[in-house]
Amino acid sequence: MSILVIAEHDNEEIKASTNNVVTAATNLEGDIHVLVAGSNCSGAKDQATKIAGVAKVLVADSPEYEHCLAENIADLIVAISANYTHILSPATTNGKNYMPRVSALLDVAQISDITSIESSDTFERPIYAGNCIATVQNSDSKKVITVRTTAFDAAQNDGSAEVVDLQESHNLGISEFIKEEIAESDRPELTAADVIISGGRGMQNGDNFKILESVADKLGAAIGASRAAVDSGFVPNDYQVGQTGKIVAPNLYIAVGISGAIQHLAGMKDSKVIVAINKDEDAPIFQVADYGLVADLFTAVPELDAKL
Amino acid sequence: MKILVPIKRVVDYNVKVRPKADESGVDLNNVKMAINPFCEIAVEEAVRLKEAGTATEIIAVTVGTSASQEQLRTALALGADRAILVETDVEVEPLGIAKVLKGIIDKESPDLILLGKQAIDGDNNQTSQMLAALSGYAQATFASELKIEGEKAVVTREVDGGLQTISVNLPCIVSSDLRLNEPRYASLPNIMKAKQKPLDVIEAGTLGVDIEPRNKTLKVSPPPVREAGIIVETVEDLVDKLKNEAKVIT
Ligand SMILES: Cc1cc2nc3c(=O)[nH]c(=O)nc-3n(C[C@H](O)[C@H](O)[C@H](O)COP(=O)(O)OP(=O)(O)OC[C@H]3O[C@@H](n4cnc5c(N)ncnc54)[C@H](O)[C@@H]3O)c2cc1C
Ligand SMILES: Cc1cc2nc3c(=O)[nH]c(=O)nc-3n(C[C@H](O)[C@H](O)[C@H](O)COP(=O)(O)OP(=O)(O)OC[C@H]3O[C@@H](n4cnc5c(N)ncnc54)[C@H](O)[C@@H]3O)c2cc1C
Repeated sequence: MSILVIAEHDNEEIKASTNNVVTAATNLEGDIHVLVAGSNCSGAKDQATKIAGVAKVLVADSPEYEHCLAENIADLIVAISANYTHILSPATTNGKNYMPRVSALLDVAQISDITSIESSDTFERPIYAGNCIATVQNSDSKKVITVRTTAFDAAQNDGSAEVVDLQESHNLGISEFIKEEIAESDRPELTAADVIISGGRGMQNGDNFKILESVADKLGAAIGASRAAVDSGFVPNDYQVGQTGKIVAPNLYIAVGISGAIQHLAGMKDSKVIVAINKDEDAPIFQVADYGLVADLFTAVPELDAKL
Repeated sequence: MKILVPIKRVVDYNVKVRPKADESGVDLNNVKMAINPFCEIAVEEAVRLKEAGTATEIIAVTVGTSASQEQLRTALALGADRAILVETDVEVEPLGIAKVLKGIIDKESPDLILLGKQAIDGDNNQTSQMLAALSGYAQATFASELKIEGEKAVVTREVDGGLQTISVNLPCIVSSDLRLNEPRYASLPNIMKAKQKPLDVIEAGTLGVDIEPRNKTLKVSPPPVREAGIIVETVEDLVDKLKNEAKVIT
């Protein structure tokens, strides 16, 4: 029996989250196969073959998989699921979308957002915004799992897996892609960045995020935000860090004008070093910060920028 | 158009939950309970569709103990027309909840099922997708905009890279994200009126579906604690610490 990892990719490239899931899969017993389902996805396929520890790359290259519509991808995964004991995907918005559909079609429970693999049937996962860690044992014959990518290192890219072309067509025809507004950015992706600087309601408006951008440029950082900053329209939704946004764990997280609500902390408190800049010395963010600076951000951030 | 809104009773989002001392579960003694915020957004969206003349009836449903009637009354006060409690003492997992909800869909034949994307206690983010699978319906998860256009729903979704718009055939499953709308507060007259609205109680057992948990919680422990940090006096100190102590910048 083997383990199936569903690749996260944009047809051209494999996303690093796939490498994190492959590392998680190495804690289980069996060959690791990676499914690349997409359209004109030979770029992603080639990269997948290089992920260390992967035995086979299964490729389903067909127009109906181009936009990762859950209905089609789930049917494809179910169709090839017979020989796998575990099916894993990253807990990205794609994985969160199709994996529960897969598990319901297979009549098994899903184990969401695992942070540790204790054995082939026992896993740790955070609940209640990370305020509790549950150890759960699953009794289903197949385990369908989404993986919190920050909990596992990325597998290296020095492997050489065999490629298997799948002739699987699954087009339910009940959903259709219309358009996508994907932010183009030269910055690293939030979930893969070494350094993140995030702004909150204290930033006051979107324009003021420029002062964070300048620091980010110097540090090679990604830019994040609190829900309040997104809801207020300062920055787009994909900036949101937190329980219900993105989970991040960079080497350095700088929180600027963010109070530190439970829901925000849930998304960043596993960062290696946390810096908080806030003018309120009682802000809860200081309870998790390694280095706190009680100051007005509009003077502190430009000063930081100048000193870097 | 008939809309079904499954809602969940959860610990209020302001409560910081802790594991029990013996790690057998979560300590929920005397904590404040509320309707899951994402479910509240789902109810609000349904009410707006009704106010716009698109929807004719809104049914709120929950799976849980009789205490969950409180959250159903909240949904009724926000504008749902009637409510159903599927009563059970079992700690039902998303798959079981989806099976129960499928039973309700079979009885009520709604055109649209609006759920929250995630319950803020279990944080599973599974139920709507599982319900879509069991019904054979299309799913539009993490919605930040919903438009009904004839026999289709056009939904903008919050995805990792930004926004994605898809069109799905009705009936379909939609799960709400934070930016779908800003829920209203229930007015006092509406809270009073909600007490008169119909609330049916069904025993989960009568639906004939398997809701036995597949997962066993072996223990619930506290997360690792971060060691207390320090307050630096100046930006200069901060940069020095980051360079020479933490060594995270050069
Ligand atoms: C269901 C649900 C899900 C949620 N999910 C998330 C999530 O995923 N992510 C998330 O972040 N939140 C989430 N939230 C929201 C969360 O509860 C908080 O409301 C939010 O994180 C607050 O954002 P903030 O810290 O930017 O704003 P505030 O709490 O308003 O804090 C602003 C801070 O800025 C400081 N400040 C103001 N001006 C200055 C200045 N000039 N200089 C320095 N400091 C200044 C203030 O002292 C204050 O501490 C969620 C809430 C709910 C109910
Ligand atoms: C300590 C502990 C650990 C647990 N661990 C697990 C675990 O590992 N795996 C697991 O599957 N379960 C687990 N559970 C059970 C879990 O907490 C939930 O009760 C259940 O799984 C539902 O998941 P969710 O609410 O997170 O669903 P989500 O899928 O996050 O909920 C999304 C939406 O589905 C709808 N919905 C959810 N529940 C209901 C309901 N009862 N009635 C009507 N609509 C509803 C709502 O619209 C909600 O917004 C655990 C419970 C405890 C106390």
